[in-house]
Amino acid sequence: MRTKMLILLLALVLLHVIVIFAGFIAPYDPGVQNRELPYAPPTRLHFVDASGFHLRPFVYASMLVVDSYQEDRTHEYPVHLFVRGDDYQILGMFRSNAHLFRVDEPAHIFLFGADGFGRDEFSRLLYGGQISLAAGVLATLLSLTTGTIIGTISGYYGKWFDESLMGSAELFLSLPWLYFLIAVRAFLPLHVSPAGTFLLLICVIGLIGWARPARLVRGVVLSARARNYVSAARGFGASDFYLLRRHVFPETFGVLLTQAALLVPQYVAAEATLSFFGLGVSEPVPSWGNMLSTLQQYNVLVSYGWLLAPAGALVVTSVIYWWLADALHSRLKSHSI
Amino acid sequence: MKLIARLALYVCLLAAPCVVAAPNPAALNPAEELQRVEGEVGRYGGHLVIGQRSEPKTLNPVTATDAVSREVIGRLMADLITINRASQQSEPGLAKSWTTSADGRTFTLKLRKGIRFSDGHPFDADDVIFSFTVYLDEAVNSPQHDLLIIDGKPLTVTKVDQYTVLFTLSRPYAAAERIFDGLAMLPKHILEKPYREGRFVQSWSLNTPPAEVVGLGPFRVKEYLAGQRIVLERNPYYWKADHDNHRLPYLDELVFLFVGSEDAQVMRFEAGETDMVSRLSSENFALLTKERTRTGSQLVDLGPSLEYNFLVFNLNDLATKKLNIISGKQTWFRDLKFRQAVSAAIDRDSIVRLVYGARGTALWGNVGPGNKLWVNQAIPHPQRSLDASRQLLKSAGFSWNNASQLLDPSGKAVEFSIITSSSNTQRMKMATLVQDDLAHLGMQVHVVPLDFRAMLDRVFQSFDYEAAIMGLGGGDPDPNPEMNVWLSSGSTHLWHLGETQPASDWEREIDQLMQQQMITLNYEKRKRLYNRVQQLIAENLPFVFLATPNVLAGAKAQVGNFHPAVLDHYTLWNADQLYLRTETRGMERAGIR
Repeated sequence: MRTKMLILLLALVLLHVIVIFAGFIAPYDPGVQNRELPYAPPTRLHFVDASGFHLRPFVYASMLVVDSYQEDRTHEYPVHLFVRGDDYQILGMFRSNAHLFRVDEPAHIFLFGADGFGRDEFSRLLYGGQISLAAGVLATLLSLTTGTIIGTISGYYGKWFDESLMGSAELFLSLPWLYFLIAVRAFLPLHVSPAGTFLLLICVIGLIGWARPARLVRGVVLSARARNYVSAARGFGASDFYLLRRHVFPETFGVLLTQAALLVPQYVAAEATLSFFGLGVSEPVPSWGNMLSTLQQYNVLVSYGWLLAPAGALVVTSVIYWWLADALHSRLKSHSI
Repeated sequence: MKLIARLALYVCLLAAPCVVAAPNPAALNPAEELQRVEGEVGRYGGHLVIGQRSEPKTLNPVTATDAVSREVIGRLMADLITINRASQQSEPGLAKSWTTSADGRTFTLKLRKGIRFSDGHPFDADDVIFSFTVYLDEAVNSPQHDLLIIDGKPLTVTKVDQYTVLFTLSRPYAAAERIFDGLAMLPKHILEKPYREGRFVQSWSLNTPPAEVVGLGPFRVKEYLAGQRIVLERNPYYWKADHDNHRLPYLDELVFLFVGSEDAQVMRFEAGETDMVSRLSSENFALLTKERTRTGSQLVDLGPSLEYNFLVFNLNDLATKKLNIISGKQTWFRDLKFRQAVSAAIDRDSIVRLVYGARGTALWGNVGPGNKLWVNQAIPHPQRSLDASRQLLKSAGFSWNNASQLLDPSGKAVEFSIITSSSNTQRMKMATLVQDDLAHLGMQVHVVPLDFRAMLDRVFQSFDYEAAIMGLGGGDPDPNPEMNVWLSSGSTHLWHLGETQPASDWEREIDQLMQQQMITLNYEKRKRLYNRVQQLIAENLPFVFLATPNVLAGAKAQVGNFHPAVLDHYTLWNADQLYLRTETRGMERAGIR
């Protein structure tokens, strides 16, 4: 049990570290178009040539012949580790131009192929993960904070607080959000900068999602409030704030953690959905959602399978988070018994 | 015995849909003045299945505006003089011949004698007079109405005898016979009553009983199933025959399936459920080409279309609109050097390669190489040059800061948005390429995908946009249909709508040239005038032209006389001559029958 949890946590940390250090791991800038290489397939890594086996892998340059790509076998381009390339920033603070791996121009190393503008799908996947995961995590924080405050007030004070707040929670859960959001987009100013859209996206996703955690927290608070030790503390003259902080609030941690693990993948997927409908971060900034939106075209879907990479990333992320939520949940259950 | 009877009944019921076959062509009558057509002699029979992106909205040829409705209506109706889609020249239709007076103002049309509507009723000059009364009636509000108003006055139609009609124009009009193309002749005996009662606009909806929709086209309506399909059957009285004296059309039925989108059209074609596709995107064309042998299909690349895609800046008069931010940016947009710099920075070759998969052509003017009769070959095609762009911007007072952002003469960073239709993936791609091209000049460009309707609303009504990527053209190669774009008072004068008088000298000159070419009857002289118009447009860049796609179409290999054209309707213009060498299985595959 414990080891499973550790492994999952490790995987989670690894995933986020990879995405945070996208600039270093990605060989290229996500916006750079290689207009002579649209829809280039994933570059093959070679180890063997005419002179035998090489420990250092190499690639060949791709060239477009009529409608398909071929490798130009006249020249080998070994993969170099820790080399200088495009400038990037990590966490908006550290500037660097060191990259984990790259090949010399004119060859390109496109691990997951290229999109319709010849942009490196692998680099875009990592940079897109920054947007998608950050949106998921931040929106979850926002959602849980709002949910906790509302749920606590509702559960602790009860009466009309409870009725009105939980009533609106139900209303929130029943609204058809996607249509509402599409309508909202029409009223926004014509162009919002990518950063603006990103913040807006987080606010929208996060604020819409407060209802479910609020109901859960309310349940926990409701039962905690009725415990004997809480009544006893109240009898000793403890203030509401003290009671909440000391006795009621800690009870909700477990629920909140599990909820967080469930909400993050859900919100990452929500970002993808909104971007798929053109309501998310706009070109040329990548996000998993807007990368997937090109797959709306039938011919892209059937011809360029490598562009499904963001879907794979979404699945991996979701699965890690869900397993973690599961592990947390069963751990919590065993503790409470 | 009972069992056998019941079985026999079932067999009859199952066979029933096949028994109700299309009507056989009526025997040729020597009194009919039929049109003999050139081309391969086909065989009778078969169904041709076509996927449509959406449902037609009406079957009324006078009020239909959308392409899908016109696609169906065009097969039901016929016109007096028609533009042959293959040769792009006008040729006789219901009028067997016509003469023009020396002053170019009167046209005498001789109608074919003895021909009949699809219900067997004879056609004569009264139907023609009635049709033009309807088209010219402002209450009907036909989209073709404006075509018939020349110099503010409608053309007049007079009946000379039962088979002769006289058209008088208020002044000479170049290529006037081309305006008859697409004007469907209506049956007076059916439509006069609703017209007199003021119900014309509502007549011939999709729910009208098929027998009441009567025309002179090769087909007539057989059945309409909402949300699924509309089936046309042979018009047994059609007025064309092949040179072996077979009355056309060859096909028994033409079936339009409503499939929903271009991708769905392609999937249905791949699956063998439909027999023909047109208006293919290059990506889908490439996809179908790969599977050509498996699906047994013929795919045709007809070269550049007449459509032109362009970037347009908002130069509208915004004084009354409270759009201060946009009017601030208009100082840049109005600067010719700014527009030239943008044009010089755009990598059109990449647009052709990435957007059209090399099945397209870069454009520097409104008339592309697909329009062989009218293109001005002298328009320069300058190579993309960021240096030239920077020089132009510098000479217009722009400069760059340390972060290599472009600053205008007052020190403000150049930043604007381009709106485009989110449903058009090709224009979305163009926008992303232009965005990247202009980023090299230090301009910060945002691409804003909008719903098509919302975009049109901003461009035509609210003027609340900065720049847009759009497309126009594609109908007729003649300059006259382009009048509404280039005349300063035109309804599609996109960059500056509602000008009461030309906003600049070059717009004034274009106005004069366009008006003059309209009344010039000599082709050489008209060409010279239109060449100058193209030159003025290319020099002053009200539109920054980008590229034009090739016309791409496909059909099953067994479809005979398949001669797609670059003009609308690309594949069905000769539906009367299409035939199936062997029966296709589209109907069964699509689950019909």
